[in-house]
Amino acid sequence: MTVDVRRSPLAELAGELAAVGGPGSVRFAERPFRVQVELRAAADAPVSRLYEALALMLPRGVGYVASTGDRDALCLAPRWWLVTQSPEPAPVLESALAGRLRTAGGAAVSAVDVSAQRTTIDVTGPNARDVLAHGCSVDLHPRAFGPGRCTQTALAKAQVVLQQLDRAPTFRVLVRASFARYLAEWLLDAATEYVG
Amino acid sequence: MLYIPCPWCGPRDETEFRYGGEAGVAYPADPDAVDDAAWSEYLFVRSNPKGWFEERWVHTSGCRRWFTVRRHTVSYEIRDPRPIGEST
Amino acid sequence: MTRLTSGGDRVDRSRPVTVTFDGADYPAYAGDTLASALLANGVRTVARGIYTGRPRGVFGIGAEEPNAFVQVESGTGEPMLPATLVEVYDGLRARSVAGKGRLSDVPDNARYDHKTAHCELVVVGGGMDGLRIAAEAAGRGERVVVCESSRVLAATLQEQDDVLLLNRTTVVGQYDHGYVVAVERRTDHLPDAPETVARQRLWHVRAGRVVDTTKGMEHPYAFPDNDRPGVMLAGAAAEYVTWYGVLPGRVAVVASGNDDALRAALVLADAGVALGAVLDTRPEVPAGLADGLRGLGVDVRTGHAVCGTDADSDGAVVAAHVAPVDEHGRGTAEPQLIRCDLVAVSRAWGPPPWSGQQVRTPGGASTTVGVPSVIRVPDGDGDAAGRTFVDLHRDATLADVERAVRVGMTHPEHVKRYTTIGTGADQGRTANPVMLGVLAELTGRPTAELEPTTSRPPAVPVSFALLAGRDRGRLADPERVTPMHPWHVAHGLPFEDVGQWRRPWYAPRGDEDMDEAVRRECRAVRTGVGTMDASTLGKIELQGRDVGAFLDRIYTNLFSTLKVGRIKYGVMCHADGMVFDDGTTARLSEDRWLMSTTTGNAAAVLDWLEEWLFTEWPELDVRCTSVTDHWATVAIAGPRSRDVVAALAPDLDLGAEAFPFMTFREATVAGLPARVFRISFSGELAYEVNVPAWYGLALWERVLEAGKPYGITVYGTETMHVLRAEKGFPIVGQDTDGTVTPQDLGMSWAVSKRKSFVGKRSYGREENLRDDRKQLVGLVADGDRVVPEGAQLVVAPGGVPPVPMAGHVTSGYWSTALEQPFALALLERGSERHGERLYAVDDGEAVAVTVTAPVCYDPEGARRDG
Repeated sequence: MTVDVRRSPLAELAGELAAVGGPGSVRFAERPFRVQVELRAAADAPVSRLYEALALMLPRGVGYVASTGDRDALCLAPRWWLVTQSPEPAPVLESALAGRLRTAGGAAVSAVDVSAQRTTIDVTGPNARDVLAHGCSVDLHPRAFGPGRCTQTALAKAQVVLQQLDRAPTFRVLVRASFARYLAEWLLDAATEYVG
Repeated sequence: MLYIPCPWCGPRDETEFRYGGEAGVAYPADPDAVDDAAWSEYLFVRSNPKGWFEERWVHTSGCRRWFTVRRHTVSYEIRDPRPIGEST
Repeated sequence: MTRLTSGGDRVDRSRPVTVTFDGADYPAYAGDTLASALLANGVRTVARGIYTGRPRGVFGIGAEEPNAFVQVESGTGEPMLPATLVEVYDGLRARSVAGKGRLSDVPDNARYDHKTAHCELVVVGGGMDGLRIAAEAAGRGERVVVCESSRVLAATLQEQDDVLLLNRTTVVGQYDHGYVVAVERRTDHLPDAPETVARQRLWHVRAGRVVDTTKGMEHPYAFPDNDRPGVMLAGAAAEYVTWYGVLPGRVAVVASGNDDALRAALVLADAGVALGAVLDTRPEVPAGLADGLRGLGVDVRTGHAVCGTDADSDGAVVAAHVAPVDEHGRGTAEPQLIRCDLVAVSRAWGPPPWSGQQVRTPGGASTTVGVPSVIRVPDGDGDAAGRTFVDLHRDATLADVERAVRVGMTHPEHVKRYTTIGTGADQGRTANPVMLGVLAELTGRPTAELEPTTSRPPAVPVSFALLAGRDRGRLADPERVTPMHPWHVAHGLPFEDVGQWRRPWYAPRGDEDMDEAVRRECRAVRTGVGTMDASTLGKIELQGRDVGAFLDRIYTNLFSTLKVGRIKYGVMCHADGMVFDDGTTARLSEDRWLMSTTTGNAAAVLDWLEEWLFTEWPELDVRCTSVTDHWATVAIAGPRSRDVVAALAPDLDLGAEAFPFMTFREATVAGLPARVFRISFSGELAYEVNVPAWYGLALWERVLEAGKPYGITVYGTETMHVLRAEKGFPIVGQDTDGTVTPQDLGMSWAVSKRKSFVGKRSYGREENLRDDRKQLVGLVADGDRVVPEGAQLVVAPGGVPPVPMAGHVTSGYWSTALEQPFALALLERGSERHGERLYAVDDGEAVAVTVTAPVCYDPEGARRDG
């Protein structure tokens, strides 16, 4: 049996993140090692061919998410998607999903495994929107954003992919590994007022 | 802090964008075919009008796509955001 | 005491507090400002003039206050705030200042934050009008933000979803596209501010529209000795009565030029202030108001003004000089003395004192025309009859304006700069209208023709700590770290900042200093094996049918012919032909390529590639994906590096022919899935092992373990720099500065003559054909002194300035390979000057150097295969 030697960029802070707050305010949870594949399609790419490999139709609207089970496909820009799902069980150079998508997509679709490029932090609770508003200028009001929506933007001084999961509300923040420690410390600081 | 209408992401703070300068300054199809004066014009000279100005932006912190807007250089009013290459 | 026994709708008489001012304790009520508290206790002198040192009292009631600046010493402390905006709390301690405060030398440990809000409507002012407008908008389903400067919001609107009611919140800036910035003072009024709550919050509101419901701005007129404690705006005097139940004086002379000031006189009289006289510069005033006052037995005089004051030994007003005046404000008879302790002055009312828009201060546009801005005594100009202050905050006088005009300053902007009128923290709210009036009179132009000066945000002073928000300390700027960072920290490696990255600088052993550590690290790589964390290099994966053709256009050299499995070094230039970045690119498969960029340029290179792809060449099928953070990279360099990699990857054939220079292999390294690149930045045999980032720390530890038998030595960026410089490899951004071509770097070999690429056309420009361009050279120095980066090169030491500069040092180190100092430099005609003796000027001292080729170590490249 292989010892799992993966180490999340938030390994040192995950405990602190998980300990903060409560259901009445805001809570954080790192979801490390999730599989992430960036898909980019040429203008003439028949992306519908990916349906079988994905088990979902890629959303066409920028800022929208399609989901099936634990797999999400986020449309980040025209012909650009980020597909995320549960972690691989063992060390691999490239996730199986990335290989499958590359095979299915052919020459006109790029499928790049970026699983270690970003880590995932879920921010949830009645004050989740408040915490994000301390460093994010996007309008996250329910009439402008909601479950099934996503965007790329800046949170504090880090670029992030932001996805709303539910109306709790829960926001999923995907941040580059090298910025993760900075952003986690920023989130903990921004939450101070709400978690007492 | 301008509020710039990205054609794909909607209005966002200026800090999410990078400025792309005057629109419609095309890279010469064959740079070797233009003389020094025309090449210098391409490299260095822009129109800088007072009033309406066609300019390019790229939504670097968002969808990373390029687009063109008309911006009034006095009032900063912005109109007609559209993908690069599309006319109004 | 001058507190009324009742009244004052802003104070809470059930909550008495004690404040300390200049060491003395005073009773006050919650809801008081420090200004109202001091007036309630008969404290007349609260500050001193910045230059004159003359005593000053409270002049206004809000942001217009020019006089009553105080240093707050309790709580977080603030060096300079108008007492009119300081809300009291039990234990508030403040001190008077003479025009400017003193920064605290105690760190400000309070919390500050920023928050964003989006709405359809911002209402400035939380009075009845403001809340009515807000309620109407909320009823239409609009999101509304109400900003009220004071603690009191009218109680007509309930907190509800989508309505944000902010008291103690001042709009300080209104910018383009509905961007409104407001300061919320959240704990400044609390004696024991909770540590977890941000003391102040800067709101960034994006609003569909803004409605300003704040009241207009009262303008004074100026007169000799108008700066004494006891001189106050008439409207402010009345509001101290109605808002705080405080009498600003016992006996008042009201110096009016408008109807509102007459109404203020009625309020004062009603509250029990004795009115020594009510003067109005106008020849006629509305009969109703005059009669009302006369009915109270008040001496009402039209066509009269205050033209001076007398002071007691403390400098505060004890009498007003009263005289009839003509329409220019010139006294027409000898002044009469009227005893009083309050001169309540009001020339006119203008528009609201602006809530942060960048506007031309509408100083001349008051409700009343024909009322003079300055009153002069019958004879004598300038300050003969006492100094007439135009700007109380700046201590600038009528004589200053007259002097400005005499030397030719006629535009208000010029007068502002010459006299400093309007440049204080109050932005000259009470001074600008007077200055414009005086200037109009002196230059014989109507006030309306004078272009007023510009007021700019912030409308009230904002502390830098608030602007910084949480961007302080560790959060001041993101510190990007690699997966191996915890090891570097645990082993005490000093860090170097490269862009936002924290990179290990060197790895000292024992009590080594940097020079000792770097020399040891260099020797280890040249003679044994060293390892460094190279994860920060930018990495971009390019896919598509046209990547080869695209790279041919972007790089100066040819890439499309590169075979799968091979790696090539490339240089990219901007269209002007100047070097922009360099790095290696590997061809992973027929249509997948992996580009590396310099650490600091990763984002800029991606932007550059996508700019061409999206805007100029959309017909090219190329898609770029940043993978910088996905991969962790361990560089293993030195003649023994093959042994270390062999121990880690027993299945990988590492023979020089099986795995040649500038190729890569996929392999299991240390039990981890990896890509191994045979590239070298040191000139030695070297490998770079890449694994998905979350295996980076495990890989690093296993490399160190496997390298132990070979004495593997951790090295940092400094050693990397020395080793590459010995090989003459330039670092973009250190040895180049945006004015350097590949040819200048001696890299003509990397510039294709056969194909077109971005920048090529510029090499035919006259500037790039000059034969005196600076070119990259090496320098070896006599003696032991390392010539530092930035040193200028001269042909002869000494000489009379200006000494011609022949070039400058871009990198300077001690070379363990040469056992002497050496440097890289950009030198005019450098490539022709190898062997020439020059001098590098370091801190005034000339160091003799010899020009060499940039490559000073292993020029034939014999060491890269080990």
